[in-house]
Amino acid sequence: MDMGLNQEQELLEEALRRYLTQSLPVDALRRFMESGQAFDATLWQGLLDLGVPGLMVPQEYGGSGLGMLEAVVAAEQLGAAASPVPFAGCVVMATQALLHAGSKAQRKHWLPRIASGEARIAVGFAHALSGQTGAAEFGLEGGRLSGRIDVMFEADAATHLLLFLADGRGVLVETSAARMETHASVDGTRRIARVALQGAPAQTLECAPGDARRTAIKVLDAGRLALAADTLGASQTMLDRSIAYAKEREQFGRPIGSFQGVKYMCADMVTQLEPCRALIWHAANLQQSDSDEARVAALQAKAHIGDVAREVSRMAIEVHGGVGFTNLLGMPYWFRRIAFNRQMLGNPERCRDEAALVQGWVD
Amino acid sequence: MELPEKYKALQSSIRAFIAEHGGKSPPAGGGRKRPDAQTRAWQVLLVERGFAARTVPREYGGYGAAPDILEATLIAEEFAAANMHPGIMNQGISMLVPTLLEVGTEAQRREWVGPTIRGEIIWCQGYSEPGAGSDLAAISTRAEVDGDDFVVNGQKIWTSSAHYADMMFLLCRTERNASKHAGLSYLLLSMKTPGIEVRPLQTMTGSEFNEVFLTDVRVPINQIVMGRGKGWEVANITLKHERVAVGNVNKLSYRLQRLVDLLKNTSVDGIALMQMPEYRTRLLRLQGEVLAWKAHQLRLLTELARGEDSGVKRMIVKYGGTMTAHRMSALAVDALGAEGTVFEPKGEQGQDDEITSWNTDHLYDIGLLIGGGTSNIQKNIISERGLGLPREPKPQAADVRATRS
Repeated sequence: MDMGLNQEQELLEEALRRYLTQSLPVDALRRFMESGQAFDATLWQGLLDLGVPGLMVPQEYGGSGLGMLEAVVAAEQLGAAASPVPFAGCVVMATQALLHAGSKAQRKHWLPRIASGEARIAVGFAHALSGQTGAAEFGLEGGRLSGRIDVMFEADAATHLLLFLADGRGVLVETSAARMETHASVDGTRRIARVALQGAPAQTLECAPGDARRTAIKVLDAGRLALAADTLGASQTMLDRSIAYAKEREQFGRPIGSFQGVKYMCADMVTQLEPCRALIWHAANLQQSDSDEARVAALQAKAHIGDVAREVSRMAIEVHGGVGFTNLLGMPYWFRRIAFNRQMLGNPERCRDEAALVQGWVD
Repeated sequence: MELPEKYKALQSSIRAFIAEHGGKSPPAGGGRKRPDAQTRAWQVLLVERGFAARTVPREYGGYGAAPDILEATLIAEEFAAANMHPGIMNQGISMLVPTLLEVGTEAQRREWVGPTIRGEIIWCQGYSEPGAGSDLAAISTRAEVDGDDFVVNGQKIWTSSAHYADMMFLLCRTERNASKHAGLSYLLLSMKTPGIEVRPLQTMTGSEFNEVFLTDVRVPINQIVMGRGKGWEVANITLKHERVAVGNVNKLSYRLQRLVDLLKNTSVDGIALMQMPEYRTRLLRLQGEVLAWKAHQLRLLTELARGEDSGVKRMIVKYGGTMTAHRMSALAVDALGAEGTVFEPKGEQGQDDEITSWNTDHLYDIGLLIGGGTSNIQKNIISERGLGLPREPKPQAADVRATRS
């Protein structure tokens, strides 16, 4: 019943932090962004050695069998390092989808492949579910999927796509069966794809029909929480770097951190950001249940961190002054990652609308 | 969240208690006045059943339960949900009692803790002075030993409840030659002692504060806490408890529920405000903040139970929580609109009407940004002690002045 991490969770956090800070200095990020690659394959291999792709896969299928709290702990560290690897979709949502909507045979087939990194399944939703801008509509006919989704993240890093229809049914297709147009995004560490399907051979997740929509939303909320935690990590990095810079940078013969103007920005950043961590943990703990409370917590976590991170990322650049606006120290990389996460799977405005609906606050 | 068995049992015992005794509860809220006979009787009942003063040891009149985060949270939530009076909250209970339990003598605990938690003795806090606000250690009220007594002379300000308090915990200067912080002592004194004059200060919400003038006030020397020159240490223990109390998260949850009801039940042109995106969005944003503070509070309590130092995580609560509270009462007065400008507080007698009570919250919240360490002082503490940013270069003259006075 505690609100905190246990020893194993702290060890996971520490192991990821250590590995990611060593592997991703700002220079490595810069090189990756210039490469135009879909994701950092070397980093992905390292994360595989740490068991990250199989984090939520049950042990009987070759994973670690961990829950949503561990997933947000990992997502926070990935965001903190601006890691150019898939996670919210290919690790969190894909595993959740198969666990909750897959048949026994489907679980047995896909979950070991997710854990081994062999299958990277990006996840997208019909517009009616996610509330993202851009078209996102699919139709299933005779086991073949047609339709399009204008904005999908992690798709170009994926071997398969899992697309949720408006009625909540999940449908799996091979990436090679889709026509995909990739674009650089505002977040240099992750690209987006416009995906079109024309009668692609598809496998439907065999969820009980009445539960399909509820299950799809559960998967979506898990993805929202993973993105919220990623934003938390990115914001924490920006805050930590601002504090370090304010202690070291001198103007007028004193460290800029001794001026109240700068000090108060740092105080405001930590005052807004720190409670978001507990909020995200709380929402993660609640996801075991199917309650409205769990839904509201996930939606509010995504919405609240989105707004807090916008403030924190702005102030962090301001504390740095001109050098914060340049790429020299890498501050824009996190700013841009935060901006990207905000819009994916429903921005704060959309999440609040949904929270109002869930609570019966709107007719 | 699914509760373990132990907590389910507590939850049903709280509900059974409320079903049986709820009718005796005084109206919830309105805590800024001297508790009447009904409130004191309710308080005694709550202490007996462990719903107030739960962790105060039995030998000092409490219930004697081991600290348990979830138990405390459950009790607060169940009482709030049933709109029950949650027990008396005042500076004696939330600040002095924990201080005495931490550093008081056995005799002091036996004399003061019991009557304080039962609401029989009301305390006021003698800290701030006209010349010592944010810079608290600069106080100049002096106490000198004369026989078996300290003799106190000076002036205190912003003293809430001094006009009806029985006792004061006082910070004063006893050590002439010591440095600014090491020269202070912490005394307990009766407000009936000759030489005390209380003058009310007119404030935004009516008269909440006072000035207290102390002229040759005699305080027995055994009414010092921790000893001479230890006053700053004791005051910091007390302030630690005040900051937890001021940023009270349960109050935010309770207020959020009232706001939800207000927006559902208030209409303009036949449309409920809840159906208007301008109002609903503000409410949703505030719900996000309140959920975050609630979870954060649980995290702090978890760390406390684990014996960890929460550091900056604790320091942000007063500043952040009071700002959230301010935004909430601001939404309430906006929702009430022109009709909501009625302001007729009944003072210490009687229950205020709904509109007046929102207005009082809205005005009082501004006071909370200042009391207990202003938001700006909180930001200094957060950034300097919490984040390790360098201190503002200090003009040395201020130090010299304080030690000489």
